[in-house]
Amino acid sequence: MVDFNRFTLANGLKVLVHEDPTTPMAVLNILYDVGARDEDPEKTGFAHLFEHLMFGGSVNVPNYDEPLQRVGGENNAFTSNDITNYYITLPAENIETAFWLESDRMLSLAFSEKSLETQRNVVSEEFKQRYLNQPYGDVWLKLRPLAYKKHAYRWATIGKELSHIENATMDDVKAFFKKHYTPQNAILVVGGNVKTAYVKEMAEKWFEPIPAGDKYVRDLIQEDLQTESRNETVKANVPLNAIYMAFKMPGRLNSDYYAFDLLSDILSRGQSSRLYNSLLKEQKLFSDINAYISSSLDAGLFIIEGKLVEGVTIETAEKAIWAELDKLKAEVVTDNELTKVKNKVESVLVFSEMSLLDKAMNLAYYELLGDAELLNQEAVEFLKVTAEDIKRISNETFGREKSSTLYYLTEKHA
Amino acid sequence: MLNRQLAPDFKQVSTINFIQPTQQALNNSIPVYTIYSGEQDLVRIEFIFNNVNWNVEKPLQAIAVSAMLNNGTSKLSAKDIAEQIDFYGAFFQTEYVQDHSTVTLYTLNKHLASVLPIVKNVLADSQFPQAEIDIYIQNQKQKLQVNLQKNDILARKEFAHALFGDTAYGVDIQAKHYDELKREDLISYFRSAYAPDNCTIVVSGKFEEASFHLLNEQFGRNWELGKALKNKFNFSLVPRTAIYKDRPDALQSAIRIGKLAVNRTHEDFPGLQILNTVLGGYFGSRLMNNIREDKGYTYGIGSGISSLQDAGYLFIATEVGAEVCSAALTEIYKEIELLKNELVGEEELTLVKNYMLGSMLGSLENVFSHADKFKNIHFFGLGYDYYENYIKKVKSITAEEIRALAIKYFNKEDFTEVVVGKK
Repeated sequence: MVDFNRFTLANGLKVLVHEDPTTPMAVLNILYDVGARDEDPEKTGFAHLFEHLMFGGSVNVPNYDEPLQRVGGENNAFTSNDITNYYITLPAENIETAFWLESDRMLSLAFSEKSLETQRNVVSEEFKQRYLNQPYGDVWLKLRPLAYKKHAYRWATIGKELSHIENATMDDVKAFFKKHYTPQNAILVVGGNVKTAYVKEMAEKWFEPIPAGDKYVRDLIQEDLQTESRNETVKANVPLNAIYMAFKMPGRLNSDYYAFDLLSDILSRGQSSRLYNSLLKEQKLFSDINAYISSSLDAGLFIIEGKLVEGVTIETAEKAIWAELDKLKAEVVTDNELTKVKNKVESVLVFSEMSLLDKAMNLAYYELLGDAELLNQEAVEFLKVTAEDIKRISNETFGREKSSTLYYLTEKHA
Repeated sequence: MLNRQLAPDFKQVSTINFIQPTQQALNNSIPVYTIYSGEQDLVRIEFIFNNVNWNVEKPLQAIAVSAMLNNGTSKLSAKDIAEQIDFYGAFFQTEYVQDHSTVTLYTLNKHLASVLPIVKNVLADSQFPQAEIDIYIQNQKQKLQVNLQKNDILARKEFAHALFGDTAYGVDIQAKHYDELKREDLISYFRSAYAPDNCTIVVSGKFEEASFHLLNEQFGRNWELGKALKNKFNFSLVPRTAIYKDRPDALQSAIRIGKLAVNRTHEDFPGLQILNTVLGGYFGSRLMNNIREDKGYTYGIGSGISSLQDAGYLFIATEVGAEVCSAALTEIYKEIELLKNELVGEEELTLVKNYMLGSMLGSLENVFSHADKFKNIHFFGLGYDYYENYIKKVKSITAEEIRALAIKYFNKEDFTEVVVGKK
C-alpha cells in the first residue's frame, strides 16, 4: 500500500506526496506527459534529445547538476514512447534545492547553442552504442515499423535515423518546450522523509508562479485493425538466427491489461514458464526465449522473441511457437498455473514497495493513467483475472492475420 | 519576490546510521547474520559460499555449478524446483562473482516454511543431470558467441586477463572450456564448496525467532561437510601494456584502462575512492565533463575502483565514436596527469565530499542495502569502524592528500590500455 496526499496548483500542476519517515532521503519525481509518440514523423528522436537538453542549464541556473551534487543529490531521467520522467534523490533536509532546480527548468531553459551541439553528439553516440554497434541492437528499429503503419509507435524513442537528431535546430527545441513542458502537462511527486504541508508550501513557492501555458491536446492517428500477417527478413553480422513476433494488444487502460500481463508470465516468467520448458528445455529449439508486453498507453504489442539453437530452421522454430500459442487458444490454463503467476505478481508488488524511487515513479505514472489510487488496486485487478479470460484474450490476439514476424538471420547462413 | 538565482540553504549530511546485524549460529555452526526490519512481511536469505579449489584446467567449475544448481536433485527435477518456487511467489537466484557464489531466496514470510525445504534440497543434493548439462553447454556457447561481438565485453575480458592472468579473476573463458565441462567435475566442486563449513548466511527483512528455527531445522543438520580450500591469489603490477583489437566495422570503440591497486583493507582505499569520484565516479566527474559534456565523444564514461579478496584495481571505461578514439585517449590521460600535477580546487572538493556523503546516505535505501553494506566489510574482516573512518576521511581529506594519492597510484607506466574497435 502506497499512501499519498494530492493537490493541484493554480497553474494546473498536479502534486502528490508520499510520506515515508523510515528513510532520511527524499525523491522529487516529475513526469511530463510527452513521449516519442508526440513527435513529428520527420523529426523523430526529439523527445529524448530534449530530455538531454533539460540538463543544459535553465534560465536562472546555468548548471543543473552541480548545485544538486553539492547538496548530496543525484538525478536522472528517461524517455519512452509515452512519457518523459525526471527524478532527483537527495537527503530530505535539502529537498528545497530539488524544488529550486526542477521549477527553474520548467519555467524556462537557457537554450544554449553549445548544449544543443554537444547533446546532438552525445545522443548520436548513444544511438550507436545501444542500437547500431550491438548485435541485434537495431531490432526495434525494424520491428516497430513492421507492426505499426500509422501510429507514432512506428519509431523508437531514439528516433528513426541519426540524421533526425543531427538536424535538430534551436527553433525546434524552443517550440517543443513551449508545447509540452507546461505545468498542466506535468505530474510532480515528492516522496520520502517529508511532510505534506511543507511540500505544499515549497510547491506553491517554486512551481505556482510558473505560467500555466497552453494545454496540449493530443490527437494521434490510431492504428487500423491489422488484417494480414506481416513478415520481414533481415540479414546481419550476428552469430545466431533470431525470431521476433509482435501481436497487437489493447492499451494500458483496457480492462484486459492485467490478463495480458499474466498471459506473458504464463509463457515466459521464470524457469517454470511454458516457453522456457517446452521450447528451450524439452524441444531444444531455442537458447533464449522470452515473451513480454510493451505496456504502452495506446494499443501495444505482445512480443515473443527467441534465439535459435544452431542447426534449427527458422520455420521449425516459428511453428513451435505457434503450437504453444494455439494451445493457449484451445485449452484453459489450470488453476494451479494461474495461481502460480498470481502469487508471483503478489510478491513482486510487495517487494517493489521497498524502493522509494519506484514508489514515487509509480504514483506519477498511475496518476497519468487517471488516478494514482489505481496503483493500490493492482493486486485486486490481477486476482480478478480468470482462466477463461486468458483463453479469450489468447484467441483475440494470437491470430496469423494479427502477427508481425521478423526473421533476424545471420549472414553466415546466407 | 522570489530570487531564482539564489540557491536555497542546504546542509552537509551529518549522521549516517547503519543497521548492524545480530549474529546467531545454526546447530552445525553456520553463522547467521540478520539485519532486521519489520516494515514489510518479507525476507531475503543469502547463502554465501567462498569460491574454492581453483583449478586453471577447469575454469568453469564454479561458474557452471552456480548456474546449474537448480537443475535437479535426486527428488526434484529442474522443472519441479522451478514450479514449486514460482508457485509460492518466491525468487531463487544463484550468482557467481570472483570471490563468492551466492544462493539467494526472496520470499514473503507466509511462504517461508514451504520454500526453505526446496532450497535445502537444492543446496545439499543437486545432481547436475547430464541432459541439463548438455543444454547448458549448448546455450552458453551461443550466448558467448553473441557476447564476443560486443566491444565492451571483449575489452573487459582482455583487461581482466592482462591484469589477472589465468586466475579466477582473469581467465578468458572460451567455447572449448564449455566443451570440456564434465559432470563429475561439477559434482565434486558442488560437494566441496556448497557445504556448511564453507557457508555464511546473511538474512535481511522481517526475520524473527520462529523463522530462525525453520532455518535451523533445514540447514543446521543433515548437510555434509565439504573439502574446500579457499582460493588464494597473488598478483603483482604488470608493466604498461597496450592491447588493440581491430574490429573492422566498428562504429564505436570500447576503451578500458587501468591497473592493480589496493583493496578495502588498505588504509589508502577510502582516499582512492574519493580520488576516483573526482576523476570519473559521478555524473559531474572530470571525465564526464570533458569527454561527454564538453566534447560529445561518448554517451558515457566512468572510472571505478574495485575491491576483491586478493586484489584491488582501478579502471576507466567508455565507448566512444570510432573516429574520435585517439582524441578520447589523449583526453583521458590528460585528466589523469592533471590530478597528479594540480590540486583539486576548494569548490570542486567540497562538492565531491557533499555528493559522496549524500550518495552513502542514499545507498542505505532499505534493509537489503544495509545487508549489502555489511557484506562489503564482513568478508574483508572489517568492522563498522570501516564506515566511520570512511565518512571521517570524506569529510576531512585535503587537496594535497588527493594529489599525493594520484602521484602514488596514477603512474602511466603501470596502466594497461585496451581498445576494441577502431583507433
